[in-house]
Amino acid sequence: MFTGLMLNTWITATAVAVIAGVTGFFAVLRGSSFAAHAIPNGAFAGAAGASLLGLNPFAGLAAFSVAGALGIAGLGRRARHDVATALTFVMMLGLGALFVSWSTEYAQQAYSLLFGEVFGVAADEVLPIVALGAASIAAIAVMFRPLMLSSALPEVAEARGVSARRMELAFLLVMALATSMTVPVVGALLMFSLMIGPAAAARSVTARPLAAIGLAVGIALVTVWTGIVASYQTNWPLGFFVGVLGGVFFLFGRAYGAGRRRMAVRTAAA
Amino acid sequence: MAELLRLDGVGVRLGGREILRDVSFTIAPGEFTGLIGPNGAGKTTLLRVILGLQPVATGAMLLNGSVGYVPQKLAIEPDTPLRVRDVVGLGLDGHKLGIRLPSRARRERVNEMLTAVGAQRYANARIGELSGGEQQRVMIAHALIARPRLLLLDEPLANLDIASVGGIVSVLARLARAEGTAVLISAHDMNPLVPVMDTIVYVASGRAAVGSTDQVVQPEVLSRLYGQHVDVLRVHGRILVVAAEETGAVPADAEHVTAAG
Repeated sequence: MFTGLMLNTWITATAVAVIAGVTGFFAVLRGSSFAAHAIPNGAFAGAAGASLLGLNPFAGLAAFSVAGALGIAGLGRRARHDVATALTFVMMLGLGALFVSWSTEYAQQAYSLLFGEVFGVAADEVLPIVALGAASIAAIAVMFRPLMLSSALPEVAEARGVSARRMELAFLLVMALATSMTVPVVGALLMFSLMIGPAAAARSVTARPLAAIGLAVGIALVTVWTGIVASYQTNWPLGFFVGVLGGVFFLFGRAYGAGRRRMAVRTAAA
Repeated sequence: MAELLRLDGVGVRLGGREILRDVSFTIAPGEFTGLIGPNGAGKTTLLRVILGLQPVATGAMLLNGSVGYVPQKLAIEPDTPLRVRDVVGLGLDGHKLGIRLPSRARRERVNEMLTAVGAQRYANARIGELSGGEQQRVMIAHALIARPRLLLLDEPLANLDIASVGGIVSVLARLARAEGTAVLISAHDMNPLVPVMDTIVYVASGRAAVGSTDQVVQPEVLSRLYGQHVDVLRVHGRILVVAAEETGAVPADAEHVTAAG
């Protein structure tokens, strides 16, 4: 289970979990879960278009995820945020449907873009994914404080010269960067569940922002590693295990948070 | 003493509508100024002008120093993973790029600010789980930790219980005196601020009257400002601004004019 192709799987899945944990923390903090859903899933249309034109699907994914980020940020200036995200998303999905209908042998490929091919990671795919993951985490580290300020306290951030619009664009571009490399391997749906589930669970457990990020990464790692073992043993799809584990961790996190609050109330009352 | 802030004939138009007209006043270092007026009078717009977020149509604004800002209300969920001390720390350097290493000096400065506003008891609580008054104290610490010359507060006393209002006002008055920070605070009810205000900027119908409370809160001055006759009543040490008749001419002001003062 730890040799050859599987080793690539372990390395890639680990990198993806780290990226997802970090970017997911901010996606949940900003209330951008819908964008975290739309960008990876809409980007698959780019891969479809690229393969239709005989181009590298990675180029199509990158182009569409960046276009998605620009679209959400651009439309978001004029419309409600969820509406802007939805409009961008359905435009990308519409194009995807068109590209898939023009292509004859695309159905199988589309399936793997949505659900991933984590057990078939080629050796030459590992390094770009790890490098891109490092780049997106470095980008988040550089803009950590203004991103935190703008995500949690937008009214104050604006008054201190941290433009909400610019932070939104910067964050969505990082998410697009992370997406374009990870989607072909783990699939759009998996990337989405790894971003939201662990981050949402982590914030119920700890009030410290850095600890919450660390915990989100930890939960994402446990989720994806457990998922790989279970999927390897049962031959059931990895996406199933990751999705279910994400929900389970979230419920545990909420229960823990509720228990902690009840304890706090009782301590205060005593 | 040199002025910290000077507004000279400032006018603001939003979507073709005139929001503010010919507003002029100055603020000196350490001065405590109340920006008083009914809801919808243009107080928030005026604060946005000073913050540089709202361009002026006419006139000029001159600011001679850094500004701290406390928003009206936080829109933050109870389970947001951000402690009170994290919020105060972000006031120090939240706008800066790059990685910050933890330092003892920083931690001590945060604790000092938490003590100054009386928030040390809930320093490790989540900001979203606090009451409105507690959040206001934290946001005042967040704004003051960077030692601004001027502190702007947008209706910090709205929706607070009476005890919290008194607490916040005394914290502000004390900090303004101790650190020489000028304070500009907006409110629709002037009464909690009357004991501490040096200057009142009374805004109504888009225009402003400026001076001491005794100069400005007079029937003639305010009637001219509202464009209708108003009376000023002093009852049990409270000041009430009352419309003489319900004309409906200033609907946005009516409730305030008759009740809130």
